[in-house]
Amino acid sequence: MTPLISIQGLSVAFGGVPVLRGVDLALGKGEALGLVGESGSGKSVTWLAALGLLPRHADVSGSVRLDGRELLLAPASELDKVRGGRIAMIFQDPASALNPVLTIRKQLCEALALHRDLSGEAVKAEALRLLNLVGIPDAARRLSAYPHEFSGGQVQRIMIAMALAGNPDLLIADEPTTALDATIQAQILELLSTIRREMNMAMVLISHDLGVVAENCDRVAVMYAGRIVEQAPANQLFADPVHPYAQGLIGALPPLDGPHRRLTAIPGAVPDPAHMPGGCAFAPRCALATEPCGLAAPTLAPIADDRTVACIRAEASRRALLGIAAE
Amino acid sequence: MGRYFAIRIGRAALTIVLVVTFAFVVLRLSGDPALMILGPEAPPEVLAAFRKAWGLDDPIWFQYLDYFGAIAKGELGRSMRDGRPAMELVLERIPATLALTLPAFVFKVALGIPAGIYAALHRGSAIDRAVMMTAVAGFTVPSFVLALLLVLIFAVQLGWLPSGGQDSWRHAILPIATLSLGGAAVLARFTRSAMLEVLGQPYIRTASAKGVPWRKVVTSHALPNAAIPTVTILGFMIGSLIAGAVVVESVFAWPGVGRLLVVAVANRDLAVVQCILLLVALTMVTSNLVVDFLYGFLDPRLRAKGAHA
Repeated sequence: MTPLISIQGLSVAFGGVPVLRGVDLALGKGEALGLVGESGSGKSVTWLAALGLLPRHADVSGSVRLDGRELLLAPASELDKVRGGRIAMIFQDPASALNPVLTIRKQLCEALALHRDLSGEAVKAEALRLLNLVGIPDAARRLSAYPHEFSGGQVQRIMIAMALAGNPDLLIADEPTTALDATIQAQILELLSTIRREMNMAMVLISHDLGVVAENCDRVAVMYAGRIVEQAPANQLFADPVHPYAQGLIGALPPLDGPHRRLTAIPGAVPDPAHMPGGCAFAPRCALATEPCGLAAPTLAPIADDRTVACIRAEASRRALLGIAAE
Repeated sequence: MGRYFAIRIGRAALTIVLVVTFAFVVLRLSGDPALMILGPEAPPEVLAAFRKAWGLDDPIWFQYLDYFGAIAKGELGRSMRDGRPAMELVLERIPATLALTLPAFVFKVALGIPAGIYAALHRGSAIDRAVMMTAVAGFTVPSFVLALLLVLIFAVQLGWLPSGGQDSWRHAILPIATLSLGGAAVLARFTRSAMLEVLGQPYIRTASAKGVPWRKVVTSHALPNAAIPTVTILGFMIGSLIAGAVVVESVFAWPGVGRLLVVAVANRDLAVVQCILLLVALTMVTSNLVVDFLYGFLDPRLRAKGAHA
């Protein structure tokens, strides 16, 4: 099966400083992928680059194919059709993500007019349907309201409605709940998964919250310092992480049940993108690192069906995890 | 909403009273009109008679109350030099001033705003740097220096245009150019930074992410937001249409309000100076009020606040 979107060797540099260093990622139709990692690991940049939304001075290379069509070299007019039409994106801070001087109706109808063959009353009716779909109460009256008249959770719902306007095949949700309080977070995530199921839409959920990803995604990719270090079905990754960084992330999560245990923290800090260590970027913080780790950056390699890891000690760390002594 | 405007109008009235009071006091403390107009050689009894005739020997608070009483009746006093009503003297100069400042305003806007937008959209490009260098030059060079430079080039060296006076439309070109260039520079810088600020906002990225073509992102998403700060500076420019050409009128011997002001101040022709300052304060305050109303129109967030204010 050809993937819906496939990213290969995607690299981004700002002023010569690499922030994305060769990302490989593929996503099937209707699939939900979680993208986790610390701030600055390149989760958002990956998708901003794929959609050509980075500032002009960003240096982007590699390949992003949507249904086999290359996006990175596509002309602006073709990209405009993809954005919102095939791939929609919602962002972290809903309050500033909508234009403050335009009404909701204007912003919603703009998206509808761009991607759907609708006109006149049909546009308004569809805008209304979308607002009802995402659960904005009294939608007919509130169409003529401005963004500042809504709460943060409601604005994020409107953002989702706007993202759905073009019937996209893929929704990139970039930390969609980070700026919202906990009860609203749960509602928004619930809304996203319902819509995804009903519309059979693929979704990338970018988050640094592992719990959010575990609940809402089929598959998870862990990013570190501009690379994907491990990729696995969600349940397998959480049960049995292989890359030492993924192990660290999951070890830092408090377990919901079972006896209390001391949470483990990953020592050290994310390397500065301008001064990346040679070899594996995680080696300086890795308890399992040995001499070869500092020599060459490991590539993402399969260790099982639909599981890939970028660690030369993948086998050893697996054993360490399982408590099997190395020979 | 009504209260929002009432507060602003009240504030505007207070500003005018303060400006007029300040001018009144400073003018009376800074020199004796009798000496200025009659000259230091005038006999003391003539000076005394002059002071008595114009009420200058009354205590200053009395003169002040008297002055406001007269304003309330619509009288702005007479020129001490030729006895004509001050308002009449000022009004007959206004067309000449507007003949410079109105076209200059049009050029400033037509030149400055597009230049600023273009520079912001092509940030870091050679054209952006050129526009900004010109803008900084136009910003920092005082208008009299620019005026003299233009005279030197176009009147003295090339001999294309007259260096002063008001005999034909050709006489207006250099003064208008001087006013336009400085103002366009200010506007270009202002528009550019307003645009850059707006272009960095998340809602611009949202618009791009939903597939809005870049040209339309600029016109229907960025410009309406960038207009809000730019309106402030436009209001200021409209407010200075009457008195914004003091220096330029003096350099080019253009008989407008600005030149009248310079002469009247030098002569301590109190009624004329006060009349001009009142007029300037009125236009400035009015244009600020208009800007406040425009904010409400351009920015729905302020409209909402105004409703609760």
